[in-house]
Amino acid sequence: MIELKHISKVFPTADGEFQALTDVDLTIPTGDIFGIVGMSGAGKSTLVRCINLLERPTSGQVLIDGLLDESGQAVDLCALPPAQLRQARRGISMIFQQFNLLMQRTCLDNICFPMEIAGVSKAKARERARELLETVGLPDKADAYPAQLSGGQKQRIAIARALASDPKILLCDEATSALDPTTTRAILRLIQDINRRLGITVVVITHEMAVVEEICTHVAILEHGRLVETGAVETVFSNPQTEAGRRLVYPEGVQIDRLPPAGVVRVAFNGGSSYEPLIASLAIDCGVKVNILGADTRNVNGQAFGTMLLGLPEDQTEAAKAMSYLKAQKDVTVEEVHDYHG
Amino acid sequence: MAEFFVSLDPKIAEQLQYLIDNVPFAIWETFYSTVLATLFAYLIGLPLGVLLVVGEKDGVLPLPKALMSVLNVVVNLLRSVPFLILMVVVFPLSRVLVGTSIGTKATIVPLFIAAFPFVARLVESSIREMDRGVIEAAQAMGCSPFQIITKVILPECVPSLLTGFATAFVTILSYGAMSGAIGGGGLGAMALNRGYTRHQNVVLWGAVILLVILVQIFQTIGTRLAVGMDRRLSDKGGKKRGRKAAMKKASNERRIGGSM
Ligand SMILES: Nc1ncnc2c1ncn2[C@@H]1O[C@H](COP(=O)(O)OP(=O)(O)O)[C@@H](O)[C@H]1O
Ligand SMILES: [Mg+2]
Repeated sequence: MIELKHISKVFPTADGEFQALTDVDLTIPTGDIFGIVGMSGAGKSTLVRCINLLERPTSGQVLIDGLLDESGQAVDLCALPPAQLRQARRGISMIFQQFNLLMQRTCLDNICFPMEIAGVSKAKARERARELLETVGLPDKADAYPAQLSGGQKQRIAIARALASDPKILLCDEATSALDPTTTRAILRLIQDINRRLGITVVVITHEMAVVEEICTHVAILEHGRLVETGAVETVFSNPQTEAGRRLVYPEGVQIDRLPPAGVVRVAFNGGSSYEPLIASLAIDCGVKVNILGADTRNVNGQAFGTMLLGLPEDQTEAAKAMSYLKAQKDVTVEEVHDYHG
Repeated sequence: MAEFFVSLDPKIAEQLQYLIDNVPFAIWETFYSTVLATLFAYLIGLPLGVLLVVGEKDGVLPLPKALMSVLNVVVNLLRSVPFLILMVVVFPLSRVLVGTSIGTKATIVPLFIAAFPFVARLVESSIREMDRGVIEAAQAMGCSPFQIITKVILPECVPSLLTGFATAFVTILSYGAMSGAIGGGGLGAMALNRGYTRHQNVVLWGAVILLVILVQIFQTIGTRLAVGMDRRLSDKGGKKRGRKAAMKKASNERRIGGSM
């Protein structure tokens, strides 16, 4: 478990102080994949860097599971002397958007690096590094230099390096934001796999909702340095309680007050129910029949996410009825489609 | 050879003979004074350059502000003293350190004193170029400041440090040439004391051309070594372009840093 208690961070800047984080309280359960989302500049990176004290909170406490003092009391990371903090950091690995590999070392030596720091013998470190290369699917890149790898491969090496110290926690700061969608998916799979097999707690920082949908179990929404919403991904994404949450989950916006003309609408399922019962109940409750023109639903953590295109009836009043029925649904968003071609 | 000399103007022949007799030793004197001065300059300049970066407020090993100011002032002061003046000023120090204030050995002292602040600035700029992200990654892994310096900063900066080393070496070599003015030896002294003072143009130009050739050789070796060792350039696709850019950057660096 990671517990952040009343974390605030103030940066001194040229024109006064900048409050990057304000009184953030957050509990991240052990073994979870926890997403922290927010617009650019919301303070996500600052918050995640407070977990390993790359950024020292101006006030507040950082409590890490298993880090106890002699009396069994949880220890505040911020209170540790430098040497003990370094020791604690070995249990908290981090991967970055820009990979941050050592460019003058081979991949194998990059993976050996954390073990070298921890005083593991060279032979042992190399053996373990080769295993880790296997884990991340790049057994043939041991002697390659990072400059010879693609972005996805670099991130795999970074992940192998992160695992080399047998961490309990893996922090990912926009780890897939420099990668294309296919590579992103593969890296997310790898992270998920690591989480499941090794039980490592993963904290994922991202501005991409798709990343959270893909692998996270819980999510926290950050806006202007404040935690505005937190909960299970399905709950938060299907029914954001705050303005900030809605803006993130539905960046295109949903206009409630203007009835669209009859035509095609896109219905988005944000977890919760799947689509068949909805279409059925639409017919039963309103007596309106709609055509399913297409559907693309994904199963995220056992729940339906995705979109469906519906053709509304010609009749204006029936169409309007269907629209208001759909909009009244809790875990569904509706928007009209203007550029639908067959 | 002999017949060739006979056919020449005897004055020129005499100068050529002088060159042939004295150039090997002059090159040796230039070489060893440069090597020793560079060595000592790096002994002080390398750690100093590292401290100038890591000792900053947001550096890896923050040092007291007062200490950082002192280091910066010392470096700036020494760099602003003209070399000829410096040579004369450090006479007494040379006598203490190497037992004499004249001769090639003695010129190593002012060369070292002029060069170490220059080297510190070269090292400093090499390290500043480095990507901060890698240092942060190392900090996140639990590296101590010393480990970050020795295992991350210095190894990652090797190509850039080598480029700087070549610059420092040739700069010290050409400054060493001035030491002829205070009784030093080497090619510079030959050009000044023999060529210039006695109007022996053949000796003057012979020594100057040799100096130029030496500088070119060391500069080229240094730059090639730096580029050859850089693992960031080993990607197959960008190889040629990357290398060209690196060579260009190296030679730019030389121009910028070309004066102590
Ligand atoms: N070292 C710093 N000094 C001053 N301001 C900073 C510093 N680091 C971050 N900030 C500011 O804090 C805010 C949050 O930054 P960050 O945590 O990087 O946002 P995010 O990762 O959500 O995009 C930004 O407005 C940024 O300008
Ligand atoms: Mg960020």
